[in-house]
Amino acid sequence: MSETITFTIDGVKVQGAGGQTILQAAQDAGVYIPRLCAKEELSPFGSCRVCTVLVDGRPQTACTYPIAEDMIVESDSEQVAAIRRDIIDMLFVEGNHYCMFCETSGDCELQALAYRFGITAPKFPYMFPKREIDMSHPEIFIDRDRCILCARCVRASRDLDEKAVFQFVGRGPDKRIAVNAESRLVDTNIDVTDEAISICPVGALIRKKGSYAVPYGQRKYDHEPIGSDIEKARKAE
Amino acid sequence: MSKPKIATTSMCGCFGCHMSILDIDERILDLVELVEFDKSPITDLKEFTGRCAVGLIEGSCANDENVRTLQKFRENCDVLVAVGGCAITGDIPAMRNNIPLQECFNEAYLDGPTVYNPDKLIPSDPEIPLILDRIYPCDEVVKIDYFLPGCPPSADAIWAALTALLTGQPLELSYEMIKYD
Repeated sequence: MSETITFTIDGVKVQGAGGQTILQAAQDAGVYIPRLCAKEELSPFGSCRVCTVLVDGRPQTACTYPIAEDMIVESDSEQVAAIRRDIIDMLFVEGNHYCMFCETSGDCELQALAYRFGITAPKFPYMFPKREIDMSHPEIFIDRDRCILCARCVRASRDLDEKAVFQFVGRGPDKRIAVNAESRLVDTNIDVTDEAISICPVGALIRKKGSYAVPYGQRKYDHEPIGSDIEKARKAE
Repeated sequence: MSKPKIATTSMCGCFGCHMSILDIDERILDLVELVEFDKSPITDLKEFTGRCAVGLIEGSCANDENVRTLQKFRENCDVLVAVGGCAITGDIPAMRNNIPLQECFNEAYLDGPTVYNPDKLIPSDPEIPLILDRIYPCDEVVKIDYFLPGCPPSADAIWAALTALLTGQPLELSYEMIKYD
């Protein structure tokens, strides 16, 4: 049994288990902290920074920061929301996110976060980067226009599928997702049922068949903001 | 007091946002009570006849005529609203932003699979608007006061925005009114 740790989120005392991150402990307590790269079944990574909270006044990523006794966490404040909104804005402008024809639109976690924050337009200018698409595989494609470099596919392929199909190459603005093969996805041992594909929060990894099956109005985030399920669990208690 | 005026235009867009304006259905009768349409494809007025309270911009800037239109709207409208994805991000037209202009012309007028152009001429007449090097979202050209995302924005979102702006209420869009598709 791990020890019980008591800390504070937004002025409310919360209990978590030793070794939990702020994100996990908050979620168990019914507090939703927005996140993109974090996923329950994957190891913490801390790349997207959307889960930024103030820990004793300093910005930290909730998905990687372990809870500690008497820690004071600030998540639901105008200051923290402004940081998160800017990060989401930046993720939009540094890619090419054509929501109107994206297979993932309506189920996309990046889009859903922008909706949750009520973003009508990013405040930064669009960068229109040039990104390559890999259509080589008969059943799966990579659309790097939509990739937010969250590394969910990297971790899922390595840890869940035990294949290590994906890895990053390049640095800074040239950083991109690449495959463990000469150049093409079709030359890897990826399978259409791999976790690495379905775990993509955006539309960067897509199964070619069966797209657009769910009509507008019935998709995951059409009516309720992302995180509503976690917040409802708290209200129900 | 005379009714406030609104103006609309479709630049590098598909007129889908204007279709969505018409999609407010019978509420258009209420709208006509509230406002008078000035320069707009709906009235077919080519020039502004007076100061407008609200200007709705569909589409982005793809050529010099779009830029001049947008600047005229900024001069003549108190509030400018970028309506739809193209006006805000460039969207589908902006897919050419990564392709050199000459390659776009070659594909459109010389090499495309359905092109018939025996003289191999690429149109370049002073009468034809000059194509810009890339697509410019509206807020890169003039100041935009409000953004109404969507492809197109729903009629409900357009109605909520118009009624708020014309009655001096704060513009608040509900969760389901902010959509990017």
